[in-house]
Amino acid sequence: MKRLLQVNDRGIYCERADVYIDPWQPVQRALITHAHSDHARWGNGQYLCHHDTAPILTLRLGADIRIQRVSYGEPIQINGVTFSFHPAGHILGSAQIRVAYKGEIWLVTGDYKLLNDGLSQPYEPIVCHHLITESTFGLPVYSFKSPFAVYKEIKDWWRENQQEGVNTVLLCYALGKAQSILNQLREETDVPILLHGAVANVNGALAARGYHFPGQWMETEPMTKVPKGALILAPPSALGSPWMRRLGNYRVALCSGWMQLRGARRRRGVDKGFVLSDHCDFRQLNEAIDVTGAEHIYVTHGYESQFTRWVREERGLPAEIMNTLYEDMELEEL
Amino acid sequence: MRVFAQLFEAIDSSTKTSRKVAAMTDYFNRVSDEEKLFAVALLIGNKPKRPVATTLLREWASARAGIPSWLFEESYYAVGDLGETLTLLMPQQSRPEEMPTLKAVFATMTALRQYGPTEQREILYTFWSTLGGTALFLFNKMLTGSLRVGVSRKLVINALARHLDRDEATVAHQLMGKWDPMTTRFTDLFPQQGTALPHHIPYPFYLAYALDREPADLGDINNWLLEKKLDGIRGQLIRRNGELFIWSRGEDLLTDKFPEFGPLTTLLPDGTVIDGEIIPWKDGHPLPFARMQTRIGRKSLSTKMLQEVPLVMVCFDLLEYEGRDIRHEPLMIRRAWLAALIDNPARQHILLRSEEMAFPDWQAAAEFRERARQFHCEGLMLKQRQSAYGVGRRKGDWWKWKADPFSIDAVMIYAQSGHGRRANLYTDYTFAVWDGDTLVPFAKAYSGLTDTEIKSLDRWIKQNTIEKFGPVRRVKPVHVFEIGFEGVQASNRHKSGVALRFPRMLRWRLDKTAAEANTKDDLLNLLRLYGQ
Repeated sequence: MKRLLQVNDRGIYCERADVYIDPWQPVQRALITHAHSDHARWGNGQYLCHHDTAPILTLRLGADIRIQRVSYGEPIQINGVTFSFHPAGHILGSAQIRVAYKGEIWLVTGDYKLLNDGLSQPYEPIVCHHLITESTFGLPVYSFKSPFAVYKEIKDWWRENQQEGVNTVLLCYALGKAQSILNQLREETDVPILLHGAVANVNGALAARGYHFPGQWMETEPMTKVPKGALILAPPSALGSPWMRRLGNYRVALCSGWMQLRGARRRRGVDKGFVLSDHCDFRQLNEAIDVTGAEHIYVTHGYESQFTRWVREERGLPAEIMNTLYEDMELEEL
Repeated sequence: MRVFAQLFEAIDSSTKTSRKVAAMTDYFNRVSDEEKLFAVALLIGNKPKRPVATTLLREWASARAGIPSWLFEESYYAVGDLGETLTLLMPQQSRPEEMPTLKAVFATMTALRQYGPTEQREILYTFWSTLGGTALFLFNKMLTGSLRVGVSRKLVINALARHLDRDEATVAHQLMGKWDPMTTRFTDLFPQQGTALPHHIPYPFYLAYALDREPADLGDINNWLLEKKLDGIRGQLIRRNGELFIWSRGEDLLTDKFPEFGPLTTLLPDGTVIDGEIIPWKDGHPLPFARMQTRIGRKSLSTKMLQEVPLVMVCFDLLEYEGRDIRHEPLMIRRAWLAALIDNPARQHILLRSEEMAFPDWQAAAEFRERARQFHCEGLMLKQRQSAYGVGRRKGDWWKWKADPFSIDAVMIYAQSGHGRRANLYTDYTFAVWDGDTLVPFAKAYSGLTDTEIKSLDRWIKQNTIEKFGPVRRVKPVHVFEIGFEGVQASNRHKSGVALRFPRMLRWRLDKTAAEANTKDDLLNLLRLYGQ
């Protein structure tokens, strides 16, 4: 029997509805879980996504793409198959996509996390029979604390640097983490918050949806000298680039789930690593299986072979690897 | 241990040496002599031996974390460090008021070795459930015998010199030799100024950098003393208070490994310290380094071994003469005294002189260097004739000028994720050469590429994996690398039949296809020509 969802060389495909979810090759109709570049690619005939995802797609893929915007929970019928988008807690507008046909329910998590980051629409548990889950941090060595505890660490560190008259550079993914951090800094008005162009562009696009964040694009007023004690947000790709030279005397930190590992931080030669991730850690991945009540698990990008074996052998559920072309983008550019 | 954990964090979270030195100096000024002693031991890598078998550690940690052992192994591959893996898998709870002293942790490491597995596990569970955060990490790193702090010995010496208000050369000297913090006191290690050091303590070795310029830039060749760079073990031979000590550059006391040097106890005058290279030597020629390696590895030395691989020291410097430290004297003076000392028939079968190589000009020296292997050496050493004997690695007066390595173009066939800062990144590769139409692995290498190259290769590997086994991936045989190495010898442990010395990547040959890589015959040819 043909499965409702399966992977082919273009993406996750629903043959019955003839649509793709997060395709990596151009297709007619694409349902997009979220706006990160490995999930939302160029060249599709039509994009279906959440309202908050749309402005980023336009920013990245051009104003002339065709987008159908949907709200969370809104059912969409395509050839008798019911699709609906539900908060994934990953970034603003990120969605798990529920696919239902004749009582059989599939769920594609996209990228997701169960922990509330204070900005992204919090994860909503969706009951399903078949769960297609990511596994970016699918090993028990990854165990993330609450983002709010990390925000406090970041603020404390910034304050410490301020006292020493040193600037603070936070490197984090320009779409997602940058906004959830800025969202926590609304009260910090005495010292300037400066933004790399990549972050400023995303903020600008989200303004159309009524989201406003503190911080000023460094390029709007040519800045000869960055004021002392400033906080600068930039994407990880800025590390070691000539752009960093204008930042004066600074300390630099990376914000990523990968910072859980000492080697990952040391390799990049940063002063500090904040373990802040927009993905599930091992415990959350397991919890997601519990709350969805899924009977069949399909594991995509990350530690897929390890997590599949864990689910199969230790949790006694049928699980298999689903090979996709999604990448770990936590340390990549937008 | 709490304060030491803070120091570790300060060092670990900075890439600037000035901040690291400041953090250490501040720490030394704050803590007791006892804590300082243990801290210095850890900072310079004088750490306790691993007390528990790692297989047991893995088993107990898996049980505690509630995961099967295969998942522990997978986690370890991802983390690339056993101590850190143990720490990340522990349910963490920190009760800092119960933090043990550094001495207590050292004592535990020693004590653990006396116990059987059941008691060991009890003790570990206690520590694992009371320690948290950095302290737990440090404990586990000591447990796996792999604690390294991100400071060089030079920086530790710098901070100690500031703390003690002494010059760095004195501190460097006082830190030499093997000392056990459990049986030493801080004041023994750093006695009052003017107190003589214990007679077995070696001088800090003076080390040369690789020549980083054209030899002509060094000026007149006549101002330089040139000698063969031999391939052996750098050693310091001490004859004081009627006793003989032989220290390696890694500060291991090797006296017992070299019984043939025994007679020097009576043959050398008291108050003599010689620097030289210990090499296997027979019938007027050096033997291959590998022969000595086999010999050093043996627990007990057979008469046969002693006859087959006799050792000598090729002496190139004299540091102490008639009981006086002469390191400040010009090299030519030290060499003259050295010659006088060795020039005694009774000593000459053990102590050879490192001969000065006379060349009319740099061009002639360069020609010799190119063919160095034919003369049983790795290249040349260049030493300023007027130079004093320095402390540690310094630029300017001593240079090593090694012959270019051998090279072979090879195809990458396996990749494995690295350790430490290369964790989760494919950095350790296996290379193969053609044997007909099959690829035969012959070497592993993990150094020589830039970070950018590693990054793009890592990406390529992840997308071009044919097969995975544990941490190893078999990849499409596409990429060609020029592999450099220092020596080649026959080996029946390797499929290719050869073993290489110091293989590393010289270049990523993006201009070559796999079909253009070298063959097994090319390797065997090198073995015939230069094989040891």
